Amino acid sequence: MSVAQPVVAEKENAIVRMMKDLERALKKPPSERRWGMVIDLTKCVACDACTVSCKAENKTPPGVNYTLVIKEEVGTYPNVREVFLPRPCMHCENPPCVDVCPVGATWKNEEGVVVIDYDVCIGCRYCMTACPYGARTFDFGDWYTEGTPHLAPYETAPTFEYGEMRVRNEHESPVGNVRKCHFCLHRVHEGLLPACITDCIGRARYFGDLNDPDSLVSELLRERYSFRLKEELGTEPKVFYLT
Amino acid sequence: MKGNKGLVIAYWVVVAVLVIVGLVGLYWRLTTGHKMANYGELIVWGLWVSMYIFFMAVAAGAFIVASMVYTFDVETLRPVRRLALLTPLVAMPLGFFSIWVDLGHMERAYEMITRPHLTSMMNIELWLYGAFFIVLLVMLWEEFAKGGEDKALMKWAGAIGLVLVILYEAAGGALFGVAKARPAWHGGLFPLLFILSGFTVGVGTVVFLHVFLPKLFGGKVSKPAVVWLGELLLVLIIIEFLFVLSEYFVGLYSGIPSEVTPLKQILTGPFWYVFWIGQFLIGIVLPIVLLAWQRTRTSPLWVAIAGLGVFIGTFAMRLNLVIPALAYPELKGLVEAVPSPRMTTVYVPSTMEWFVGLGIFGLGMAAFAVLYHLLPVQSQAAKEA
Repeated sequence: MSVAQPVVAEKENAIVRMMKDLERALKKPPSERRWGMVIDLTKCVACDACTVSCKAENKTPPGVNYTLVIKEEVGTYPNVREVFLPRPCMHCENPPCVDVCPVGATWKNEEGVVVIDYDVCIGCRYCMTACPYGARTFDFGDWYTEGTPHLAPYETAPTFEYGEMRVRNEHESPVGNVRKCHFCLHRVHEGLLPACITDCIGRARYFGDLNDPDSLVSELLRERYSFRLKEELGTEPKVFYLT
Repeated sequence: MKGNKGLVIAYWVVVAVLVIVGLVGLYWRLTTGHKMANYGELIVWGLWVSMYIFFMAVAAGAFIVASMVYTFDVETLRPVRRLALLTPLVAMPLGFFSIWVDLGHMERAYEMITRPHLTSMMNIELWLYGAFFIVLLVMLWEEFAKGGEDKALMKWAGAIGLVLVILYEAAGGALFGVAKARPAWHGGLFPLLFILSGFTVGVGTVVFLHVFLPKLFGGKVSKPAVVWLGELLLVLIIIEFLFVLSEYFVGLYSGIPSEVTPLKQILTGPFWYVFWIGQFLIGIVLPIVLLAWQRTRTSPLWVAIAGLGVFIGTFAMRLNLVIPALAYPELKGLVEAVPSPRMTTVYVPSTMEWFVGLGIFGLGMAAFAVLYHLLPVQSQAAKEA
């Protein structure tokens, strides 16, 4: 099977192109941009670089995965192959997680990204039951290096999620909160691509402004066949998969 | 009926043990947060959430019994009206406490009031609880402080309270029913099932307490009220069983994995006994036999045991309602993709969860005993019996 390549990638490095897209989008008022992600399943090799880069960027503890790669073996030996599905938050246009929050701690911001206010979230986890994609996780206060003489520095280093510097400790947010992918908004607002985009070794992930017809993500969606997960639920995800 | 001193001592020993165990659990909860909990990233709700919806159901059902006296003038039930009114006063705080310890940030619970988000069934429920609790306090004040002489007030308060408990149970069912991400929950049956199940367990609890408390602490039992409640309970159990059958059969027939798997978990999974022994045998078969058989249906003791069976069975039902539906991953392969012991399809409450849970039951037992001593709950009943 021939692997389809994005038309534009041949002309210009995709990262450079997406950075330019980002720069253009950031000049617009926030309400006029619509951040979205496109994942090319034909290029994903399930290396989990996205998972790891997200963990490094957001210092997420054990069990808290903003993005992950679902791996499935299909067929029977010797006719088997593996299929991979990277799964960040879908940042739905109609997010079911938002409606159910009893205190309005999570909402779709004006750029279309579903965000959480850690200082408001009461940790009831109702949103986790409402997400059809399992994209929300609860911070139980666990550490990777718990039980060792010292917590590793990478676990106690500050994070900058939502543009706020936080050092995680056991009795303060985000411990006790629901946490999820936020498209690395803190990076995006500084003109940087989300960590999972820049670190994808297969260049399978793309990010940009869906409202911009000239953006790489818009072009890919025009040129290639795409689908979204569980479209029948009417959630209108802003993460698209190319096959 | 005279009380039994030996039983009273045993009762208080049990209460003391449960409360001490509960305090240990609460200490762990407050000092270690959720680290010692066994609910996880997939099964995000467990024992405490099940207890919360259970106690709220008990409160609603008991109040419906009270409103049958105050609003609908069912004279036979007059001897149980005070107990039926006190039951929500105890059960609701137990429910609130169960859900409070479950929160990731207990200190922010007040935000439910200061930041109302009325698209959330959870928030809508709270306002309904609040409104009902005010009505309940008014009725309790009138009944216990003024002897319930203002019949018009009690009639109308009973009617308003009845509407509120029906609404809050419906919202409780809708809390699960609206979750389109969970096919085993999603649908229109849950709000109705919650109302019905609440009524059933409320009747069971009231009839049990009405017989049990005098046996323990002294007081008289109204046999006509017990028999009446027993007959009502029999009808309710059968209707509720039909609801559950309908839910299970339609779900299983669908063949949709996300619906079938949780149901199979309930019926034949590792915790099969929660359904077959707790929900079915103790909660349905035993009460039906006791309430249908001529020799036992007129005996207050056996009717009370049937009520206790419904109490236990409904709790098992609440566990089966909350947990198995969550054990089915939203996406195939999700569990394997997260290398964490918290991402698992199996849930057994941790020691901390059990301890806190037992403590909450202990608090309930203590509260009923204290209120029974302090207030003229059954003395009034005795006079009327």
